[in-house]
Amino acid sequence: MGGAHELTAAQAAGEIAAGSLSAAELFEAYRARAAADAAAGEHGLNCFTWVAEHAPRDGAAAAAPLAGVPLAVKDLFCTEGVPSQSGSRILAGYLPPYTATVVRALAAAGAPLLAKTNQDEFAMGSSNENSAFGPVRNPWDRRRVPGGSSGGSAAAVAAGLAPWALGTDTGGSIRQPAALCGIVGLKPTYGAVSRYGMIAFASSLDQAGPLTRDVRDAALALRHMVGRDPCDATSLAFPEEIAEPAAERLDGVRLGVPEELTGEGIEAGVLDRFNAALASAEELGAQIEQVRLPHAPHALSAYYVIAPAEASSNLARFDGVRYGLRAASSSKADGDGDLIGMYTRTRHDGFGAEVKRRIMLGTYALSSGYYDAYYGRAQRVRTKIAEDFRAAFAQVELILTPTAPSVAFGLGEKTSDPLAMYLNDFCTVPMSLAGIPAISIPCGLSQGLPVGLQIAAPAFAENRLLDAAHALERALAFDSAVAHV
Amino acid sequence: MSEPARTPAAPPPGGAAEDDPGYEAVIGLEIHVQLAARTKMFCGCELSFGEPPNTRTCAVCLGLPGSLPVANAQAVHLGLVIGLALGSELAPRSIFHRKNYFYPDLPKGYQISQYDEPLCRGGRLGDVRIHRVHLEEDAAKLIHVGASGRIHGSDASIVDFNRGGTPLAEIVTEPDLRSAEQASEWLKLLRTTLRQLKVSDVNMEEGSLRCDANISLRPAGSEQLGVKTELKNMNSFRFIERGIRAEVARQEQVLRGGGQVAQETLHYDPGSDRITSLRSKEEAHDYRYFPEPDLLPVAIDERMLAAARAAMVELPAQRAERYRRELGLGADSAQLLAFRPGLGGFFDAALDAQVASSPPGDVPAQALANWVAVELASRLDDGTEPGEGLVTPRALAELAGMVHAKQISVGAARQVLDTLVAHGGEPRAIVEAEGLAAIGGGEELAAIVAAALQANADAAQRVREGNDKAIGPIVGHVMRETRGRADGTEVARLVHQQLGV
Amino acid sequence: MASLARLALAEEEIEPMARELSAVLEHVARIGELDLEGVAPTSHVVEVTGALRPDEPRPCLPREVALAQAPAVADDGFLVPSPQA
Repeated sequence: MGGAHELTAAQAAGEIAAGSLSAAELFEAYRARAAADAAAGEHGLNCFTWVAEHAPRDGAAAAAPLAGVPLAVKDLFCTEGVPSQSGSRILAGYLPPYTATVVRALAAAGAPLLAKTNQDEFAMGSSNENSAFGPVRNPWDRRRVPGGSSGGSAAAVAAGLAPWALGTDTGGSIRQPAALCGIVGLKPTYGAVSRYGMIAFASSLDQAGPLTRDVRDAALALRHMVGRDPCDATSLAFPEEIAEPAAERLDGVRLGVPEELTGEGIEAGVLDRFNAALASAEELGAQIEQVRLPHAPHALSAYYVIAPAEASSNLARFDGVRYGLRAASSSKADGDGDLIGMYTRTRHDGFGAEVKRRIMLGTYALSSGYYDAYYGRAQRVRTKIAEDFRAAFAQVELILTPTAPSVAFGLGEKTSDPLAMYLNDFCTVPMSLAGIPAISIPCGLSQGLPVGLQIAAPAFAENRLLDAAHALERALAFDSAVAHV
Repeated sequence: MSEPARTPAAPPPGGAAEDDPGYEAVIGLEIHVQLAARTKMFCGCELSFGEPPNTRTCAVCLGLPGSLPVANAQAVHLGLVIGLALGSELAPRSIFHRKNYFYPDLPKGYQISQYDEPLCRGGRLGDVRIHRVHLEEDAAKLIHVGASGRIHGSDASIVDFNRGGTPLAEIVTEPDLRSAEQASEWLKLLRTTLRQLKVSDVNMEEGSLRCDANISLRPAGSEQLGVKTELKNMNSFRFIERGIRAEVARQEQVLRGGGQVAQETLHYDPGSDRITSLRSKEEAHDYRYFPEPDLLPVAIDERMLAAARAAMVELPAQRAERYRRELGLGADSAQLLAFRPGLGGFFDAALDAQVASSPPGDVPAQALANWVAVELASRLDDGTEPGEGLVTPRALAELAGMVHAKQISVGAARQVLDTLVAHGGEPRAIVEAEGLAAIGGGEELAAIVAAALQANADAAQRVREGNDKAIGPIVGHVMRETRGRADGTEVARLVHQQLGV
Repeated sequence: MASLARLALAEEEIEPMARELSAVLEHVARIGELDLEGVAPTSHVVEVTGALRPDEPRPCLPREVALAQAPAVADDGFLVPSPQA
């Protein structure tokens, strides 16, 4: 089987369909690799919180579009009968009685569940250091973070431990780890993919998306993820089919570069790679132009009001009543002792520091007397940011920025300064607030570590986005297999 | 809108000492109505009553991680029907909000409700203006374990989520009510209206109608509002009336004593007739409302409006008006029949039956109304609707017709009605079978009258002389002879005729 | 604030939390600088209305499943300490 893990998902699917590869053997090969990492403890990457014990009994028919290529899924996607904890102690042992729509859709298309991946607790974080399962390590350098919150998914794909993975992106949680791990990560248009079954962080921002080895795989996965779900009132029908990207040139494509997101605050090495990528784009025939996103500098502030506010409400259900952790009562048996104490002790014991921080922030932002100044205001800033993008897209087709302001930083380096950690998101958050799609593709190395290029498009312009990303990917010829375990 | 129904006027402010101002009670009501949809507000769990605990739940109404709400179209429709019936303004676009607080009967830690963009604003029913109508989901049921089964003194509670998520319409009135009595009467009017519209079972015992009251006092004549308290958990009309009365009395006592009324949530205990505090004062009431991101705004389109209009029925006030104006019914009959839709419907059907019979009947509407509202109504068991009984509208119309045509006496007709109520059947057949035909026109009665006059010569003489009151024994004689089958009026007429007066 | 969010903070957690929150709040308060006169808040990124569900029953969870993950169960229900106990 050696080397089967070198294949992209599309390649593997093709070989299975052609009969030159067995789906069952492929699954077992990945399963063994994943299990080995899980068993390696501190010597592994710690990307997985659960690994399948065996291949699915009813193997996906080779005729199914995805042919049985296994999929790693971020912990926060509910998977029936399989632990789903969103990286938190408060859901220790929780086994959902249902499976998230998008996971079901991909499984039905032939991508069975390989493993659940590690993540920052409740998707809050940019380094995967906030997990109750311990930090994930970056396959490029195990003393460094893989990014977050979908750190486990990104590391697994980058290390060749999974052919592809599902993650979620609220403020950059797919794109940023993809950048730090040298792989592709896509955040679709808000509403394009159902959120039903995703343990919620920030409802108006959360979106599921693929983390893959290349752009073609991302398109393939997305094709089977989009669609209106009657269980999610905010989901929409995608206006067209997601096509297989094929573009090799960017002739006549106008690309916008916003000065607000491509200067101050970005590491020199990252900017170098970014500018080199722009040069490659020009060689492909693209036209680079300056655009302005005047409210982008305030996006991070608005985000860190809106997301925690929604999260503080979404996480109120974790109260020890119906599922998950219930703190041992201070007095005799369960049922005795005070109710408020049960709530506060459960939530104190069950939530990590970052989650507590955001719940407090969010509660404050919504509280009487502060709503207008914080939440109310932030939603207005959001309107302006969306307007900025609409105006920019009247001028250019796509917008390019670095995905993250730095390459992967060291474990523990930013954990004592929440604000420094939040700043990792400043290039990705504006797109989240506007609800538009954005992809990160690797564009080079700085200090031996991957740098990500972010491309953003107007809402529902995923096909154009994927095409452009495909062309650039070809030209940039980044070798991601270097990090394979 | 037609003329508003009248509800009993507020009693004058209570016993004032010589130099004390009278206090006026200012009362507003907050009514929660469980809507008659098949499924819950935000999930497809089928609504039921009395099912075993936790057998009507799903990921959404249990608040499982990852679940999402989707609004019930029928609940929105029923909300619009209520709004239309109350003459409210229907919001072209309304949104849901989250109301955040912790309680075991609230699985998500927030209730999905509506805040500053509700479904309906304004409106009126009778004397009372409506402030707003909005949609929300019901909480689950908390059962307190412990000796009394009540919350005070119990250690543990058990939560049953069957009820959680039931669609509710919350109707909030302006503080237009001035007495406990008026409040109770108005609430009955609301219940009748909602029942007619078929938007809810509106059954207080089953919990599909719940009412809280906001009560404040102010010096009579003042325009300013006093501090209001909220009185909750009264689950019958009687308790609502007594509870409001008790709270008004309590506030009055506080104010007369020179004290201040504290804004708080209170509970009425019908057993002791006392008001107690329900929530501790430290309890934070900051609900941190924000728009529900998981639900899209509700936009009303033409189709929805048309469907709501199609569901409109003639409401009690309009019906009473119609009875008065078109049928010439007296105000009391009109009111009674209009506000008891079971009787009103029966009456309408009897009128129709009369028209449809051949030849068409000609019993005056008021007479038919009396047969329904007085004679039939008094013979029905408590709670039975006339339509559920054995008497058909056609049978009653026929019976009334026979009385009108003097084919039977009123007394005999009542007997026939008793039989109809107990066994059903046809009036003519019953009259035949029980030998109740009136001794009416023709020789037979005239002969009996003549005999009565002879047997009561003194009385006859006095009547001849102008003392009409003396007719009593003569009529009595005839009635005995005919075993009540003679028509009293006809007897009197024959007596006068035969006496030549 | 912690009480509103039902979060108990241990003694030693309070000070650092307060400090961190202040720093973040200071940063986010920047949005106060902007002139947002006349700007409507975005309550929903998706500019569509409707998405109502037909009033048709869907299967409920069997009771054992509903109670399966509960920390404490009694009389077929979720057992909790009483409010105000």
